[in-house]
Amino acid sequence: MSQPPVRLREQEASASRHTLSVLVENKPGVLVRIAGLFSRRGFNIDSLAVGPTEHHEISRMTIVVNCAEHPLEQVTKQLNKLINVLKIVELEPAVAVQRELLLVKVRADTETRSRVLETVALFRAKVVDVAQDAVTVEATGNRDKLDALIRVLEPFGIKELVQSGMVALGRGSKSITDRALRPIDRSAGGSAQ
Amino acid sequence: MTDQTTTTVGSRAGMTSPPRQGQTPSPRDLAARVPAREAAPSPGPRRPGDESAAAQPVMMTGAQALVAALEQLGVDVVFGIPGGAILPAYDPLFDSRSVRHILVRHEQGAGHAAAGYAQVTGRPGVCIATSGPGATNLVTPLADAYMDSVPVVAITGQVPSGLIGTDGFQEADIAGITLPVTKHNFLVTEAGDIARTVAEAFHVASTGRPGPVLVDIAKDALQARTQFRWPIPFELPGYRPVTRPHSRQVREAAKMMMAARRPVLYVGGGVIKAGASEELLTLAELTGMPVVTTLMARGAFPSSHKQNLGMPGMHGKVAPVGALQKADLLVALGARFDDRVTGRLDTFAPDAAVVHADIDPAEISKNRHAEVPIVGDCREVIIELITAIRGEQESGEQADLTAWWSQLDALRATYPLGYDQPDDGSLAPQYVIERIGKLVGPDAVYVAGVGQHQMWAAQFIEHEHPRHWLNSGGLGTMGYAVPAAMGAKVGTPESAVWAIDGDGCFQMTNQELATCTVEGIPIKVAIINNGNLGMVRQWQTLFYNERYSQTDLDRAEQGTSAGTRIPDFVKLAEAYGCVGLRCETTADVDKIIKQAMEINDRPVVIDFIVHRDAMVWPMVAAGTSNDDIKVARDMAPDWDVTE
Repeated sequence: MSQPPVRLREQEASASRHTLSVLVENKPGVLVRIAGLFSRRGFNIDSLAVGPTEHHEISRMTIVVNCAEHPLEQVTKQLNKLINVLKIVELEPAVAVQRELLLVKVRADTETRSRVLETVALFRAKVVDVAQDAVTVEATGNRDKLDALIRVLEPFGIKELVQSGMVALGRGSKSITDRALRPIDRSAGGSAQ
Repeated sequence: MTDQTTTTVGSRAGMTSPPRQGQTPSPRDLAARVPAREAAPSPGPRRPGDESAAAQPVMMTGAQALVAALEQLGVDVVFGIPGGAILPAYDPLFDSRSVRHILVRHEQGAGHAAAGYAQVTGRPGVCIATSGPGATNLVTPLADAYMDSVPVVAITGQVPSGLIGTDGFQEADIAGITLPVTKHNFLVTEAGDIARTVAEAFHVASTGRPGPVLVDIAKDALQARTQFRWPIPFELPGYRPVTRPHSRQVREAAKMMMAARRPVLYVGGGVIKAGASEELLTLAELTGMPVVTTLMARGAFPSSHKQNLGMPGMHGKVAPVGALQKADLLVALGARFDDRVTGRLDTFAPDAAVVHADIDPAEISKNRHAEVPIVGDCREVIIELITAIRGEQESGEQADLTAWWSQLDALRATYPLGYDQPDDGSLAPQYVIERIGKLVGPDAVYVAGVGQHQMWAAQFIEHEHPRHWLNSGGLGTMGYAVPAAMGAKVGTPESAVWAIDGDGCFQMTNQELATCTVEGIPIKVAIINNGNLGMVRQWQTLFYNERYSQTDLDRAEQGTSAGTRIPDFVKLAEAYGCVGLRCETTADVDKIIKQAMEINDRPVVIDFIVHRDAMVWPMVAAGTSNDDIKVARDMAPDWDVTE
């Protein structure tokens, strides 16, 4: 029963990416409460995306954190303590659709344009703006796909790019507003075992 | 015998003794203009339907709604200072018959007073300040209350909503500033939201794990008219504190407690907050387990009880520290494995399994993994543990604790608390505090500042009752004692309230003695005056080669013990309308304490001039293991002692 004491603060050991869907009250200041919590407790956010939901009084945040299992438990417990947080669900990649949006402005003159467009088509991306010497490409997908697209476009010359944080939904017909995929219980009994 | 005050705070009729000659100004004269109050309302929020008048919506200003909400919530006292943005609220407050406003001299004093009030009564303490600097002065007491889980509601004025964000005069984003040091906070810009928000603030502050909540109200919201109705339903969909423990976890804990051969009940401040002292006594006596009470839990379990080993931690005794280190089971009740208790975490209680009960799930397994986590209110947890253990005891045997107790008794007998009398005839600070504890007795409320005197007060006073020991444990706020004692005295006017303060701490907040005198709050302040920042100096002695950089408050001449005595605390006390006494010899200690106990019509300040080099022992140096505790300088205990 007695196991060697664990240094619970060692986060680097087995850090991995976790996607949290957080339902919050749609009130001013909620974003800063969450961002502030992460920074003062020393947790790292890889990405954060926030927007409205099917309920106007609820916003949904998708937060990607890079940490080991124990710090993740602390993150969720601390988030749950915020009065404006309604529910937290961890979305496992295997059972969730995860998407990011990329807008990238690529150099494309008469000589290279056709090859750029070919690449865009291969990635099922689309051109949303055309200028004399550049095109703006819109792509959605997971992190790996967008990274690959950027790598292929890089040789043409990337003038600027912008990416959204990840958004994610669990697969299937369930909704986290009625039934959680993997509820992170408010009682420590659920996750501390 | 204890110092029974004859003056009831707030009741001027009690102040019948004439002012002593030469003592000016008379607190009675100064207090005469305070309007008489009705009898104090019953504690706690009133139940819906109590107030027939409030059932129908009434038109009033936001400021009137604020005061009406405070009245409905049963608030009998608020501590504050008015200013521009909060001014609309002070007008209806002037007329309130049930809310007494105590005008402090600095907002920090209002915050600590509210915390002191809350800690002795268990009800939220309320402080009020204006926008900008008034609000920022509350940051320290709010952070203090946050660390020690004290229910405090702070109400601040804010610049008019149209001016927010424009760097208006006395504008500060106090909601933003206090975000990390409050349990929650609100910015209210609509008059119609004021009453509900105040009710929510009280609910959040006082339920679950208690903590401070700030309500920032824009001036135009206070001035606008709105409908007031009461009661008002909360709009807190994300706030559902768990209080009932999981029965499977409780049964598992009970099994482990039956099987453990070296168990310890590691008791924290949560037991006091939950009002679980009686239940803890039952549990301890039922199991025969040793008990350690942390700094925040002094009084949760009687110091005099034979099962109480005392306080663990950086300045804990050898027996409680050793008990934790050698335990095979820790049953942590409302404790949070603070670094000052655990020492170096990876060497803390290496052989122990952990049962951790706390109302805050985030505390469980935060620092130390818990084999059995129990989320719940400590009182409910302990009640269920008692039932489960009785059940286990009927069906099986509890492990024999005789060997464990003989080991602990040997440590306790070999390493009692002690101190040396200074050989130059000067006063030992520990002796002063020990005598105050003995003469004033365990029914008084003791309030400490932060530093050596705090540790000695935790160690040498017998703490017998919950809510009778107040200190700044988590944040370590110097200056806590005087205003917190003021709030405590207002909360329990029938108790003697003694602030045990250091000369460094005292100089941070002593302006509230003016409040105490004017408002008729006769606290006692014992200044343990060693002329320096004692705890910092102790670290300089031990870890910085006795290089006393900026810790000498008294600038004594080299080789003499006589300092400048700037300021003269006796004169300062008299300037505030208090009685000032000074004690410099061991022979005078009892006499002067008794003299102070006789004075109940005004605050008393005693300047105890003590030896400047006294140190707090035992000590676990910061960052080292509890196993390396020293009972005196360079003196480690022998863990294998036997009786």
